[in-house]
Amino acid sequence: MLDADFFRRWMTVTAASVDREAQRLTALDSPIGDADHGSNLQRGFAAVRAALEKEPPATPGAVLTQSGRLLVSTVGGASGPLYGTLLRRTGKALGDATEVDERQLAEALRAGVDAVMQLGGAAAGDKTMIDALLPAVDALGDSFAAARTAAEEGAVATTPLRARKGRASYLGERSIGHQDPGATSAALLIAGLADAASDAGAGDE
Amino acid sequence: MSDAKPVGIVLVSHSAAVAAAVAELAKGLAGAGAAVPVAPAGGTGSGGLGTSAELIAAAAASVDRGAGVAVLTDLGSAVLTVKALLAEGDELPEHTRLVDAPFVEGAVAAVVTAAAGADLAAVEAAAAEAYTYRKV
Repeated sequence: MLDADFFRRWMTVTAASVDREAQRLTALDSPIGDADHGSNLQRGFAAVRAALEKEPPATPGAVLTQSGRLLVSTVGGASGPLYGTLLRRTGKALGDATEVDERQLAEALRAGVDAVMQLGGAAAGDKTMIDALLPAVDALGDSFAAARTAAEEGAVATTPLRARKGRASYLGERSIGHQDPGATSAALLIAGLADAASDAGAGDE
Repeated sequence: MSDAKPVGIVLVSHSAAVAAAVAELAKGLAGAGAAVPVAPAGGTGSGGLGTSAELIAAAAASVDRGAGVAVLTDLGSAVLTVKALLAEGDELPEHTRLVDAPFVEGAVAAVVTAAAGADLAAVEAAAAEAYTYRKV
């Protein structure tokens, strides 16, 4: 079972990897975006980490809804409301339970991804974070490791696509050949989930 | 209609200067003495280009007179942030609407219509109608 500690670890591990990869995310965002994806997410997840340390919420759902709310209010770019909606809707779907199982997490995350698709109007193949999140949610039924791999492959697979959403879509054909920064950061989020699960150790299974 | 409370207007841009200037333009064109509350919510809280959920929520609260609030936005994260705040349910005043309208023309239409005492639906319709104004 996965408790609030697990979800806090997910957020903290993701905050650390966003911190570490911020320059790479921003570099991916310079040819097709406005070169702030890394710094924006870094600011958002730093706020998430600080809040979780200061006053840790008691349930998995509360960890995610609070984190999502903070991302909306601190990121400053489109990734704020998108990641904020993802985490908040996932958290809401988990409800007030103090522990959830992996199947419940997978279902809740699917509800979160659906909400993001609705908010941004993006579908699979539009060269967005959805291209990493959808395969990850599908693979989450198998294992956290499979979800990580699926997200990373999904992010890489955005390279030949033409952007149909966000600022990159203004570039049309010129967006082709660049890996999508949003799909890349989404893969970091899913990798954080897999890391949090492996930190929990086999004894928890 | 003189006793009716005016609809509030919030203008959300990636740029603080754009939001403030469009607010000034719309109020100016609506005529002196127009009592429509208009608040800009431009840029990030720290003065950069981007969108601030806090500035938007504060602007919406500041223009709410009980008749509803019409929010107009420019691009991308401005649209998504307002939608996310609306989805949250309790972040914006009751009867707040994201209006699908061109930013400058829509703002002018919204403020002029609100100044005439129109309700939120009429303000929204007037702003949205600005999409059909051809210039050439």
